[in-house]
Amino acid sequence: MWELVQQNKRKSQIIFAGMFLLLMGLSVSIGLAIEYPVGGYWGAFVGFILWAVQSAVAYFFGDQIVLRVSQATKVSKENYPQLHNIVEEMKIAASQPYMPEVYVINDEAMNAFATGIRPEKSAICVTAGLLESLNRDELQGVVAHEMSHIINRDVLFMTFAGVMLGTINMISKGFIIGSYSGRRGSYSRRGRLGSSASKSHPALMLIALVFAIIAPLLANIFYFAISRKREYLADATAVRLTRYPEGLASALERISGTATNLVMYNSITAPMYIINPMAYSDQASVFSSSTHPPTSERIGILRALQNGGKVSFRDYQAAYAKQCGNKKLLPDSALKNKEQIAVRTGMVAAAGAVAGGVSKKGAVRGVTDLIMANSGFVFLPCSCGLKIKVPPTLGKSNTQCPRCGKFLTVPSVTSGINHKSEKTENIDGAAATFVRKNPDSWESFNCSCGFGHQLSPLFRGRKVVCRKCKANIQIDYPE
Amino acid sequence: MIFVVILLAVVGIFIIFFVGIYNRLVGLRNRVKNSWSQIDVQLKRRHDLIPNLVETAKGFMKHENETFVAVTEARSKAMNAGNSGSVKEIGQAEADLSGSLAKFLLTVENYPELKANQNFLALQEELTSTENRIAFSRQAYNDDVMMFNNKIEMFPSNIVAGMFNFEKSEFFEIENKDEREAPKVSFS
Repeated sequence: MWELVQQNKRKSQIIFAGMFLLLMGLSVSIGLAIEYPVGGYWGAFVGFILWAVQSAVAYFFGDQIVLRVSQATKVSKENYPQLHNIVEEMKIAASQPYMPEVYVINDEAMNAFATGIRPEKSAICVTAGLLESLNRDELQGVVAHEMSHIINRDVLFMTFAGVMLGTINMISKGFIIGSYSGRRGSYSRRGRLGSSASKSHPALMLIALVFAIIAPLLANIFYFAISRKREYLADATAVRLTRYPEGLASALERISGTATNLVMYNSITAPMYIINPMAYSDQASVFSSSTHPPTSERIGILRALQNGGKVSFRDYQAAYAKQCGNKKLLPDSALKNKEQIAVRTGMVAAAGAVAGGVSKKGAVRGVTDLIMANSGFVFLPCSCGLKIKVPPTLGKSNTQCPRCGKFLTVPSVTSGINHKSEKTENIDGAAATFVRKNPDSWESFNCSCGFGHQLSPLFRGRKVVCRKCKANIQIDYPE
Repeated sequence: MIFVVILLAVVGIFIIFFVGIYNRLVGLRNRVKNSWSQIDVQLKRRHDLIPNLVETAKGFMKHENETFVAVTEARSKAMNAGNSGSVKEIGQAEADLSGSLAKFLLTVENYPELKANQNFLALQEELTSTENRIAFSRQAYNDDVMMFNNKIEMFPSNIVAGMFNFEKSEFFEIENKDEREAPKVSFS
């Protein structure tokens, strides 16, 4: 199966070179249009530097940034034994030397993603919503899919391709806006820019404009087409690892059945998610915008494999051809092994607990609320309709509503003052408890360290890890 | 002169190619070795887990001494085989252990209190995961063996493999009589 990695590498390099040429062509033509002929060198230089800096940042800090932005918390084996076990099982199945780190996002949306530009520093991240709603087999399918992204080197490639796409979009957008305002400027107040623009050749200007419009389109098409293909490849590799297509199929089915977006996602890493994190967003980009193939098709292929009873790459290719027309998905080198790999039986025959598939969206939180939530504010709805934001430094158990003057108590965990010493000892890991009063609406509470947490109406988890003091907080429900 | 340079270049390219293939073969062979030892690691993990499991269950299952004895015996047999036995013996002993564990877990079904016990649930998850790990490490071993064997058979790496005596590895296959026949559950 590691021929796939080799084949991927070669193809990636070709596409990568293509995108790089697009970027260079774009920046050189813009440079030439602004000032002929030295502008060409400047354009190439600026374009290259922009790309190099962003790539370097993505390479060295990308993983950390992504995990930070999505508010993921690293979890230990004591707190999430099953998740850890499943990740390690997949590591063994893929015969990888490195164990990915395990992260959890306290988000009710069901999703998962992988990071790890360098495989030895990879991480697999799942949402709390996913953990709550999937049974062991389904979770295994999802983790296998993410592991496949890591071993197929998709993270590396898609991150750099994403950065390249971003740079191209940025330059072309900048040029189009700049040339528009520059033209107006040359007639009125902008002396210097106007005079330099007058040196430029109108034909070169036209070429640059055409480039600025075409390049992002082409880059987008490249990028999204590759991304969708990699998604299929990751599915094929995943079932090759688990030998159980039904697990991934029913996980996908369950995930796509819940219409909630991930609150914090990152468009660069969107291809790394198990399912498109912006699927329900109204601000999806204009064309060929999906990083993921239609979930129904993915499920169809997986179910066909399950019914056929075989899961080799050959079988996946056959099922893919049947589902999506006679196209080639996998390289020949991966298909030449005539391996017979049978499907095994799943462990969880009975379905696990299905957490509320409520389709209504949770309350819409603004950007400032997100920032506040991230820094540990507690949100208290007052009966007068005002939402009071309590900072973690308040240090009191009640606060007064600034509008109606009513006193409100700040909810907090009930026990576990001594949480720091206890946190690793307990096998079920709960040192403090918070009892939900109204699980059908947003609730927030203080950890004993003062840090605030929000629980969404869809959250049905039993456990939350404090992002500040790392204590385990058990969540109880009425009845 | 030119002829010599071209000859040297051709020989150079040939050597680089040759070294590349050789290194890949060595890498694959190490991979096979590594995944073989991974199976041992997981089997040991299972051996370490069983005493805990039995200890926790004993408090709840007072009248199931036979089951405990069977599991403990199977474990010690498997450990002995692991120390001295051949691959086939190990495979057989471990398969027997799997069988007796499966029977043990079936008996647990009759003890709802035990099934609800937090400690036991955690151990059960560990056991499930261990069984999976064993299965997956075997699967990974077989995958690696297949890749290695293919490389040995295929041109041009078969030439290098022949020169340096790379031998094909064997697949891991076990006769598992207990897993084949479904456990009999009687409600009489």
